[in-house]
Amino acid sequence: MGAATAFSRGKNALRRGGLPYIYLAPAFIVMGIITFYPLVYQFIISFSDFQTKDLLYGISSPKLSWIGIKNYIDIFTGGLPVQNFDFFRVLTYNFWWAITNVAVHVPAGILIAVLLNIHGIWFKRVYRAIYVLPIVIPPLVVATVWRNIFDEQYGAINQGLSAVAHLFGSVNPVHLRWLTEYTPPIPWLLPNSPLPLAYYAMMIANFWLGWPFMALVATGALQSIPKDLYEAADIDGASGSQQFWNITLPLIRPAMIPAAIYGFTLSFNLFNFVYFMTGGGPARSTEILVTFAYDLVRNLRLYGAAAAFSMIILVVALTIFLITNRITRATAASEA
Amino acid sequence: MAIQAESSKPKNFLVRFFTMDTSGAKGVGRKLPLWRQLLIQLLCLVIAIEVMFPLMYVITMSLSSKSERPTSLQLFPKEINFGAFKQVVDRPTANPVTFGRLALNSFILSVSVGLISLLIAVSAAYAFSRFNFSMRQVLMILVFVPLLMPGVGLATPLFLLLNSIKFVNCGGGLYALTPFMSCVAGVTPKIIFNLRDSLLGVGIAMISGALPFAIWNLKGYLDTIPKELEEAGKIDGASSNQIFFKIVLPLAVPQLAVTFFLGFIGYWQEFVLPWLFLTKPQNYTLSMTLYNMTGQYATSIPWNTFSAFSIIVAAPVAIIYIILQKQIVSGLTLGGVKG
Repeated sequence: MGAATAFSRGKNALRRGGLPYIYLAPAFIVMGIITFYPLVYQFIISFSDFQTKDLLYGISSPKLSWIGIKNYIDIFTGGLPVQNFDFFRVLTYNFWWAITNVAVHVPAGILIAVLLNIHGIWFKRVYRAIYVLPIVIPPLVVATVWRNIFDEQYGAINQGLSAVAHLFGSVNPVHLRWLTEYTPPIPWLLPNSPLPLAYYAMMIANFWLGWPFMALVATGALQSIPKDLYEAADIDGASGSQQFWNITLPLIRPAMIPAAIYGFTLSFNLFNFVYFMTGGGPARSTEILVTFAYDLVRNLRLYGAAAAFSMIILVVALTIFLITNRITRATAASEA
Repeated sequence: MAIQAESSKPKNFLVRFFTMDTSGAKGVGRKLPLWRQLLIQLLCLVIAIEVMFPLMYVITMSLSSKSERPTSLQLFPKEINFGAFKQVVDRPTANPVTFGRLALNSFILSVSVGLISLLIAVSAAYAFSRFNFSMRQVLMILVFVPLLMPGVGLATPLFLLLNSIKFVNCGGGLYALTPFMSCVAGVTPKIIFNLRDSLLGVGIAMISGALPFAIWNLKGYLDTIPKELEEAGKIDGASSNQIFFKIVLPLAVPQLAVTFFLGFIGYWQEFVLPWLFLTKPQNYTLSMTLYNMTGQYATSIPWNTFSAFSIIVAAPVAIIYIILQKQIVSGLTLGGVKG
């Protein structure tokens, strides 16, 4: 309670209006040093051609040259010394990747949660225990295993497809190059598809990874719905699907919308999984913004350009946040 | 009358079997006939197979004595050999680092990042949840934006910031702590301790991402604690701080545990920051070692030891998660519901 008494002593000196700032102070002092200061620093070096040799001295490096907004121009016009880079293609793909993921995870999660929430089904706890496993496996392991499953020669998917093809009389084993083929799949159907086969492979793998979280949130929301609502609906003769659309969905919506938005930002920045699964390949076609930023730092060592790139990501993230904040009113006061 | 007439009608065995009530409910309740139960069981099994499929792959490989990748689809182990597990525990890397050391590093890092960020976050979450003040909107946005920024985004400046703090030996019995002191010009200092290249430094860098998450998650939960409790406290003459420490904090304990554990999973698996910052093998963590094993080309992975290592890294978290599932579910939904 030492901290508490210190707080109360300070409180007498302050008007009541200062109290929230005292509660906020520890977090903001720490964040000031290790979050906001680096952010400002990042902003400053984004106007320089910061390189490995400057790492020792920071922005006081004697060899550092200030190049103004050249990094930003290079990023937008594709002027970086990097192959297959088009910022707006990566940005569009990144949004498409996040939206399509959430669009399949949320409905699947809700349906599976509803299924498991049916009163009286057997082995409920066993299934619940199994279904959360994808959440707790390290992303590196998940991605490595799925990369293996989609392998051209030994992968389970191709072997399964070969077995199916056998049934239809084909003798050739299937050798789809899931993760390395960059001509569009099914050329007669999608001749100009910007999405390579790797995108679909990653969607399948990330579906495995993503729906359990949504099911978990939906389960929690389902359990808070009062049982008598369903009993009343039963008496009124409402069918199962009517109950689902008119009771279940509206009542779990307040929990699912923030979860969907959380899932969106998670997929949008899904560094570990994307990096380990394809590394952004083939030909950077499945690269998202964060994997690209990492590549700029780790492999290409263009720190200045990477800083500018991070700043752009920040602006994108801020825009997403402000829009989603409108939807969830996350920052609205609790009583509002 | 119609109901009675129907129930007295004799039914054949099959009809009785498939309309059997399997709900287990006593008294009046919704009935789940057997055919529906079986249908649902089938669906649940299909989903369970979908979940277990990649995991069985890992388990099978970990129990194999061969380090090559299996050339045919194998979901059930043909042999049960714990050699890979033994190898992982005996000699996890080419470096002379023990398994215990790696596990301890991971454990210390994730536990302390979780605890410290929680301690700092809880009072800020309280302020955001309970007070209306002029800077509220702006400060909340300031907290949420880093949450949307991936750890990679701040890696370079954090590297520079932490790298500038060094304890050096200037020679001749003189020491200096840069950047606050420096050696005499002309002397090449010998680095004794570099904050960036230490678990402490990585922990500090990780807190930069962990703190906003903890504030966000706790704030959502504190919003659900009824205001009446605090008002009752106020009437009894409790000060704001007494309300915070004696009423709100005890009520928030379950959510503190959930937030800690959710963070713990993430930091336990975190690989990017340690990988970019640490250079000394004795500081490596389990996830870094796991990443080391995958190498640059998939074919060179020692599959059995990699799988065994994966299971060792994932198992403790998975077991705790399953045990605490109920608390985590309610913590997550309460943390998320704001609408």
